[in-house]
Amino acid sequence: MSRYSALSVFTNALKGNKSWPRAWRDPEPKPEYDVLIVGAGGHGLATAYYLAKEHGITNVAVVEKGYLGGGNTGRNTTIVRSNYFLPGNTMFYERSMKLWENLSQDLNYNVMFSQRGQYNLLHSPGQIDAARRRGNTMRANGIDAELLSRQQVQRDLPYLDYDNARFPIHGAILQRRAGTARHDAVAWGYARGADRRGVDILQKREVTGFLFDGGKITGVQTNRGDIRAKKVALCVAGHSGHLAKMAGLRLPIESHSLQAFVTEPYKPFIDTVVSYGAGHFYISQSDKGGLVLGGDLDMYNSYAQRGGLPVVEHTLAAAKSLVPGVSRLKLLRHWAGVMDMSMDGSPIITRTPVDGLYFNGGWCYGGFKTIPASGYCFAWTIAKDEPHPDNAAYTLDRFARGGTIDEKGAGPHPNQQ
Amino acid sequence: MIRIHCPICGQRSETEFSYYGDATVKRPDEHETDPALWVDYVFTRDNPRGWHREYWHHVQGCRQWLVLERNTLTHEVSACHLASEASS
Amino acid sequence: MKRLTTGGRINRDTPVTMCFDGRDLPGFEGDTLASALLAAGHKTVGRSFKYHRRRGVYSAGVEEPNAMVTLHEGAFREPNTRATCVEAQDGLVAASQNAWPNIHLDIGAVNNLLSPFFSAGFYYKTFIGPFSGTGFWMWCERFIRRASGMGRAVHLPDPDTYEKVTTTCDVLVIGGGAAGLSAALAAGRKGARVILAEQDTVLGGAILSDPVGGESDFWLKQIELELHTLPNIRILTRASVFGAYDSDTYGMVEHLSGCEGQPRQRYWQIHAPRAVMATGAIERPMVFGNNDLPGVMLAGAVRSYLNRFAVLAGQTALVATNNDSAYATAIDLASAGAGVTVVDTRTEVPQALREQAETAGIRVLRGHAVIAARGRKCVTSALVAPLDQNGQPLQLACDLIAASAGWSPNVHLWSQLYKTPEYRPESACFIPRALFEAHLQPAGLVTAPMEMAQIITDGFARGSEAAGPDGDAGTVPESFDGGPLWSGNFGPVWCAPGVKGKAFVDLQHDVKLSDIDQAHLEGYVSVEHLKRYTTTGMATDQGKLANVNALARMADLQEREIAEAGTTTFRPPFTPVTIGALVGQDHGAHVRPTRRTPIHDWHVAQGAALAEAGLWKRAWYYPQGDEDVGAAYRREAAHVRAHIGLVDVSTLGKIAVQGPDAATFLNRVYTNGWKSLRPGRIRYGVMLREDGIVLDDGATARLGEHEYFMTTTTANAAKILADFERRLQSDWRDLKVHVTSLTDQFAAMALAGPKSRALLQTLCPDVDLSPEALPNNSFVEATIAEHPVRLHRMSFSGELAYEIYTPSGHGQPVWQAIMTAGAPHRIIAYGTESMGTLRIEKGHVAGPELDGRTTMEDLGLAGLASSKKPFVGSVLRHRPLLQSEDRAQLVGLLVEGDEGARGGSLIFAKGAAPEGHGEGWVTSATYSPALGKYIAMAFVKNGQARLGEEVQIVNLLENQTSSARLISHHFFDPEGERQNG
Repeated sequence: MSRYSALSVFTNALKGNKSWPRAWRDPEPKPEYDVLIVGAGGHGLATAYYLAKEHGITNVAVVEKGYLGGGNTGRNTTIVRSNYFLPGNTMFYERSMKLWENLSQDLNYNVMFSQRGQYNLLHSPGQIDAARRRGNTMRANGIDAELLSRQQVQRDLPYLDYDNARFPIHGAILQRRAGTARHDAVAWGYARGADRRGVDILQKREVTGFLFDGGKITGVQTNRGDIRAKKVALCVAGHSGHLAKMAGLRLPIESHSLQAFVTEPYKPFIDTVVSYGAGHFYISQSDKGGLVLGGDLDMYNSYAQRGGLPVVEHTLAAAKSLVPGVSRLKLLRHWAGVMDMSMDGSPIITRTPVDGLYFNGGWCYGGFKTIPASGYCFAWTIAKDEPHPDNAAYTLDRFARGGTIDEKGAGPHPNQQ
Repeated sequence: MIRIHCPICGQRSETEFSYYGDATVKRPDEHETDPALWVDYVFTRDNPRGWHREYWHHVQGCRQWLVLERNTLTHEVSACHLASEASS
Repeated sequence: MKRLTTGGRINRDTPVTMCFDGRDLPGFEGDTLASALLAAGHKTVGRSFKYHRRRGVYSAGVEEPNAMVTLHEGAFREPNTRATCVEAQDGLVAASQNAWPNIHLDIGAVNNLLSPFFSAGFYYKTFIGPFSGTGFWMWCERFIRRASGMGRAVHLPDPDTYEKVTTTCDVLVIGGGAAGLSAALAAGRKGARVILAEQDTVLGGAILSDPVGGESDFWLKQIELELHTLPNIRILTRASVFGAYDSDTYGMVEHLSGCEGQPRQRYWQIHAPRAVMATGAIERPMVFGNNDLPGVMLAGAVRSYLNRFAVLAGQTALVATNNDSAYATAIDLASAGAGVTVVDTRTEVPQALREQAETAGIRVLRGHAVIAARGRKCVTSALVAPLDQNGQPLQLACDLIAASAGWSPNVHLWSQLYKTPEYRPESACFIPRALFEAHLQPAGLVTAPMEMAQIITDGFARGSEAAGPDGDAGTVPESFDGGPLWSGNFGPVWCAPGVKGKAFVDLQHDVKLSDIDQAHLEGYVSVEHLKRYTTTGMATDQGKLANVNALARMADLQEREIAEAGTTTFRPPFTPVTIGALVGQDHGAHVRPTRRTPIHDWHVAQGAALAEAGLWKRAWYYPQGDEDVGAAYRREAAHVRAHIGLVDVSTLGKIAVQGPDAATFLNRVYTNGWKSLRPGRIRYGVMLREDGIVLDDGATARLGEHEYFMTTTTANAAKILADFERRLQSDWRDLKVHVTSLTDQFAAMALAGPKSRALLQTLCPDVDLSPEALPNNSFVEATIAEHPVRLHRMSFSGELAYEIYTPSGHGQPVWQAIMTAGAPHRIIAYGTESMGTLRIEKGHVAGPELDGRTTMEDLGLAGLASSKKPFVGSVLRHRPLLQSEDRAQLVGLLVEGDEGARGGSLIFAKGAAPEGHGEGWVTSATYSPALGKYIAMAFVKNGQARLGEEVQIVNLLENQTSSARLISHHFFDPEGERQNG
């Protein structure tokens, strides 16, 4: 049990780096847990961490079919922001931002959250009005936001195309506290933090069904034996549908592929996050030097974790159009994650109608940035059997009740703009 | 690049089509007034891993709506019919 | 290191002069930049990513981890280029990278001394800081970012062009080595349309590394000759298939010669129902101390430089191997006059091979391994130890260590489609699983065969199968002696116990054995954790060299087989691909199509400012003098109300709805009733989504018994048409209705203002336009200057107004005719900004109000919802929270002060602190010339019940606060006297 610090790195180096402790154990499951979380991604691990830290519930297991952090947590474009304007969303994302700001210290694991700012470009007067509502709502809720003119954008981001752009840049909305983080470190940091508080992380154990007693869930079946639990919580975004189905729950969720792209590493080229307003595209640069690019969904339902060429071409075309200098740079790798696309674009964190079953999913494009708040609020919901005020709106019955939270205004269809 | 064999136009690339979604959900009778059925139709999905029956639109071709059997794990397309001729 | 005077496949008659780090670099046509560097004695050509260690050319192919250079200058600059893949060209300018001030004296090398501290996970454990917040980390990060990255990119636009090609073939053969050539030949003979893609500049693959003029060369020439006689075979060199995608699709980038006027690269999208993957294999490094010193190279690469480029990479060579294949290198080196010692980890070496080596004067040390290379700037000796631990290590002087720890088949493309390959222990590598159904079939080295005859037979068979049952493939070409190319007999040892010093597994990312050991110690044991924690395999070669060695080490530590440890996922592209190539010409102004109205040219000629509306360009305002948008819209809006104006509304969606059930159809898609609409009349309607939220609004005219003409908003036109088609072809197949888009077929313009009737009457003297003959919400057909038009009397501005529809080709003449005839009435053209002002004054909803979240009740349009019939959304619009009284409702704002409000400002109760989400928000704001006041439309909680209340409008972003009174949003002429008059 050692704390990480420059000193620990130094002293371990002197010992030939041969006495580092394990970051987490590889335990055998106990017969029963108070809470069993399915899915050791960021959300599941954070939930376990906050259950232990905030609620003193440490008899917790996180069951993972593969390796921890191996889903979308480790394959996204790592953008963190809190620029949501609808009631129900705004303060949830801001809670996450606040947790992010001290996450490295809290976990004693450097998640490399770098608040290098995010510029959302605006390409028409109408977009400026929409951005103004978003920005004003953020400001009125204590969240930073700035509306920039075209001249200000040009001063800050001189490498964008201002001369030959198909969609001229009229301005931008900037959140300086937004930024990027190191995705793997988030999973590993939460895993280590949860493990240190007694949580069992059970990797390579696939949940194949649920145990019921009467109508109540009493545990899970896995490919390596049953594990009993008083409460079972799903954190399997991307695969929510078929896991929930095993428990008899149908969801307002479809799975779609979202692609991401990274270039070869270059010396500093872009020092912030820039989002295109005339199409789904954003770009940033990692600390290693690779440009990280994100695009739109592959339009069809998919669990394939690989993307199609049309979105590749589309994304790169947007990249070159926005930042002409990328043209001669080289794409190193592209991949895809499976998104839990909910029918209003907002997540679901709630108790379910199935007794003993709790659900966290529907993260759409935005799961990574919410990991801290999602874990925090889900742990609260599980521990207290009622939602935290910040996730109170993320119910499953909001679709039937007319309480959808639709930031895009696109309606009940994941793949429409 | 998924290739789709449109019954009208022949083999074409996915870029000519737009995707709509699950073709197994059935719109309630228009006189149906039970909101639960409508909520189910509009919001709830089986979202299968594997074969999926789904609507596509040949939007840059014959503008016919198609019903595909496509595998969501492999993107393989095993069947494609005109929606207007598909059994409902 | 020297250039031999004879041999090789270079063209000594065509010398070239290049420039490396400011100094002349000679070479020949047929060289690569790497071979020229070696020939000229450049041992150090780069510095490593993290520790800035000296690095020399390591390989002869796409897997090169070390010799990364920046090519060209200025806007042509191209960082991170593998010198091993750059063709020598006269005038080529190359520079080393990631070193300062230069590669020989790089101050970054201080990191090397500190390397124990930069162990695996270093960044995760440090820079956390004693302070709260992210400030400390971000301060540190500035320095880290400057140190990382490799080459330096420029922000200049790319002066080169690229092009994109889509093509089809019957059989795609990927790789032009022995297997690929055999496959192409078989498929070609059967008459299949074949594309043979080779990433190198010439065909031949591994054959090119054989001595010139041998048996293999003869074989190659014969096959090439026959291939060229077959017109159905298209041979593409410098063409790299980078990805295998869905269905039958492959992505390929072809590098072109770079001639003036030619594109730099061509991106091919190839649709091939069958493909043969003859992508060969890449040699694996041996891992020992200082195995990154310049002078340590892959054995096959040494042979390639010798036989293909006539470069002898060392005079005293040590060939370190655990398999037979490296003996070919040893024998060729000896024939070229080098002193050679083979250090073979195996105690059993095939007798014939040993004899062959010893005949060539080569010393063979069996059961030995290199445990360290020694030398300051480059290899000067090696430490060799017996593996049975009996006896002392020997120090052998050498200037070259040619190492081979086996081969890794290039399974990438196959794996992109079919996931995990399988580990074959006897060949010590991953190969594709047998999948008979697969449309991409491996052939040749990629399947780890034992001998050349098998490569040729396999390739031929796969090619023949891919071409289908018809035709005759003839006989398989006779094989040749492939040497000990891949004869199996792999020793397990790729890394001897007791290695001394830093032993690198991933050269480019400076990942050492000790990093992998540490990852294991800390529990990062899954292959993905190992990769991500140590960054093994994440460099620009994507683990082509490192992955299997790293896996082997991790498997050893876990006392498991490699097969159990698994492998990481292979992702496209196979080698890095230039972004510009994949973009082709779809960038800049052409990134998306541009839609222009039929009257667009007129607007441009008049100096209109244009604004984006989706893909459309619309006339935003027509500035006079140095007017800005604010001044222009006030003038235009005031003028329309006083006189007359014409606005281009051609972007409106227009849909013909035809058929005997058209009225029934409209009844289902619109909320209001349509059965009573008589021909000749127009009705306004609202559409909902299935979830009961307002989707769109517009007017529909009944042209005839079974024919309607519908308009939609610009933004929703395409979506609505597609939605109609879906319903009519699925759920509503019972309706006899046909819908057709007319958006592009018709120009539309709105003539508004008190003089509009008078003007139209002069243009259409034969038509009675009196209010009795043509009341509001009716239409009539007419001609204007002999052009057919339909005049819809309807108004979104509140003025007496007409929408004029005419076939697109007539749009501009009709517009011109109206403008000309309108001159006496002082007609102006007005843009979308003043059109917005007019509709706000009238209280008409538009995009900002129909934002996909609002209900009919929110918009004050509930009266348009029929209770007598079902329609789309009629059930779900009654969901409880959509009926809540607390919802924000549309109201008007009368804004005090002389600044007005801006769209997107928030509304708070008078005196309340501007915190939280407030009482509502401003959707559309304008100065109203008609009222002489600033007005706005806004949504305010329970707003209709609060009319008259004073509120504050807050725009925190731009430091604006003002007071306003809630009033009806029908600001101007609420009784409609003007539009109905």
